[in-house]
Amino acid sequence: MLEIIIKQLLNGLTVGSVYALIALGYTMVYGIIKLINFAHGDIYMVGAFLGLIAATVLVKNFVVVLVFAMMGSAILGVLVEKVAYKPLRNSSRISALISAIGASIIISNTVVLINGPQREAYPKLFPNITFTVGDISVSLLQMFIILVSIGLMYGLYYIVHNTKMGIAMRAVSQNLNAARLMGINPDKVISFTFAIGSSLAAAAGVLVGTYYTAIDPMMGLLFGLKAFVAAVLGGIGSIPGAMFGGIVLGLAEVLGVAFISPSFRDAIAFGILIFILIVKPTGLFGSTAKEKV
Amino acid sequence: MDLLSFLQNDYFLQIATMTCINIVIVLGLNLITGVTGQLSLGHAAFMSLGAYSSALLALKLNMPFWVCVSFGTLFAGVMGALLGIPILRLRGDYLAIATLGFGEIVRVVILNTPFAGRALGLYAIPQYTTFIIALVAVIVGIIFMYRFENSMHGLALRSIREDEIAAEMMGVNIARYKILAFAIGSAFAGLGGSLYAHFLTYINPNDFGFMKSIEQLCMLVLGGMGSITGAAAGAIVLSTVPELLRFASEYRMVTYGVVLIVMMVFRPQGLFGKIRVNV
Repeated sequence: MLEIIIKQLLNGLTVGSVYALIALGYTMVYGIIKLINFAHGDIYMVGAFLGLIAATVLVKNFVVVLVFAMMGSAILGVLVEKVAYKPLRNSSRISALISAIGASIIISNTVVLINGPQREAYPKLFPNITFTVGDISVSLLQMFIILVSIGLMYGLYYIVHNTKMGIAMRAVSQNLNAARLMGINPDKVISFTFAIGSSLAAAAGVLVGTYYTAIDPMMGLLFGLKAFVAAVLGGIGSIPGAMFGGIVLGLAEVLGVAFISPSFRDAIAFGILIFILIVKPTGLFGSTAKEKV
Repeated sequence: MDLLSFLQNDYFLQIATMTCINIVIVLGLNLITGVTGQLSLGHAAFMSLGAYSSALLALKLNMPFWVCVSFGTLFAGVMGALLGIPILRLRGDYLAIATLGFGEIVRVVILNTPFAGRALGLYAIPQYTTFIIALVAVIVGIIFMYRFENSMHGLALRSIREDEIAAEMMGVNIARYKILAFAIGSAFAGLGGSLYAHFLTYINPNDFGFMKSIEQLCMLVLGGMGSITGAAAGAIVLSTVPELLRFASEYRMVTYGVVLIVMMVFRPQGLFGKIRVNV
């Protein structure tokens, strides 16, 4: 019994760290321009496909694949912001939301046009190594996913807290106009935020591709929505909240599948969402987190 | 083409009927989002509640059409009110996310309910809905909405949209009116869903997913929120234009996305909207 629980916890941690990576993009964008970036899930999907291209055209090296996907998605994220969100910065929230949905539809269906709607097998970037300690076994891949996620999150933490751009991001999230008066260029900061968030989502896409060994053009919608739930769970706008929310959601989902029923996997995430919204709409870290990005 | 041959053409008749059904559903969403200012991203869930309850009554209990449709409408309305109660406290984006979550939960629950056919859905539902019935539903729906919006109740709902706190100060019972708006709006979605089930004779939980809700919201936004004419016009345009674009079906969805963005950038109030709803 204990082995099963530990195994499930590890699975949950693996999925959860991926959710956290995507949730960071949602939370940063929301923190800065108060927009639910519906295209974020699709950027994650494009990241997975860029990884696939890199692995088949360039080399089957994990680092190359990851960097290629992250850079490509960062460019796409900035482009989406420029085309679909920037012209709407002063309009109503619902207009921006609809525009974001439009961007999401365009991205996913463009990939369908290029690739076709079918699933694609993902190249193996890792040898099948499993470590066994007593009755507990961990695959190299799982450990790697968790480590890469933690590394990327630490990188983000470093950028936000120790660089000039990070300070600017925090300033803009506090008050865009005041930041502008202090000589910060908000457009630059917003572009940077989209670039960072999109590259994290792309990394998540590559990790999910290698973990589940298949990707498809429509995978962004549901996975993105769930990552969004993770962001809300942690308190949208809060970076530690997104990390925490992702892990909690991953654990809850895996435990729910193992002990309740696998067919309710998606309902668990949204059940948590409604529960959190009703009990504490600001999320777990929402009200206490002063440094919102 | 004269009217008679138009009505005899199956293809056009099907599009016309689906257009009418969409108008009914979008009228309901207009009351919730356009008039009351409560952004809902789960409207398709109420459509599915209407469709499933109505289809099940017909399939399992052999109920006549009017019983099925009335029950479907009522059931969706009651569920709308029940959802309205817990999410009263939520505003703006949080409300939108909660309705989105509710929509997904309804879909997953139906997907796992044995007597609702699980992922296979329900088929061989008796086909009762005709174009004329759908058209009558539209006319009755428009008259109802017009009278309702221009009554004291409509005024109260609009005051909530404009400024909730000010409305409360003027003695508007915010909680009661929000629940009322959700109940009536959802009932319209349920009516549309019942007609839909008895028209297509086949329903599947995945027909009522998140993208369906988005489609309905897009119809409303395109036409213009807070306007009955707009709701109807948006439903007509987005139900027929994709059919006209069918020859370019591969590019259909991409075009749809482009239209949404261009529309939001250049005419955010929609084709017929006079007001800019800020929700």
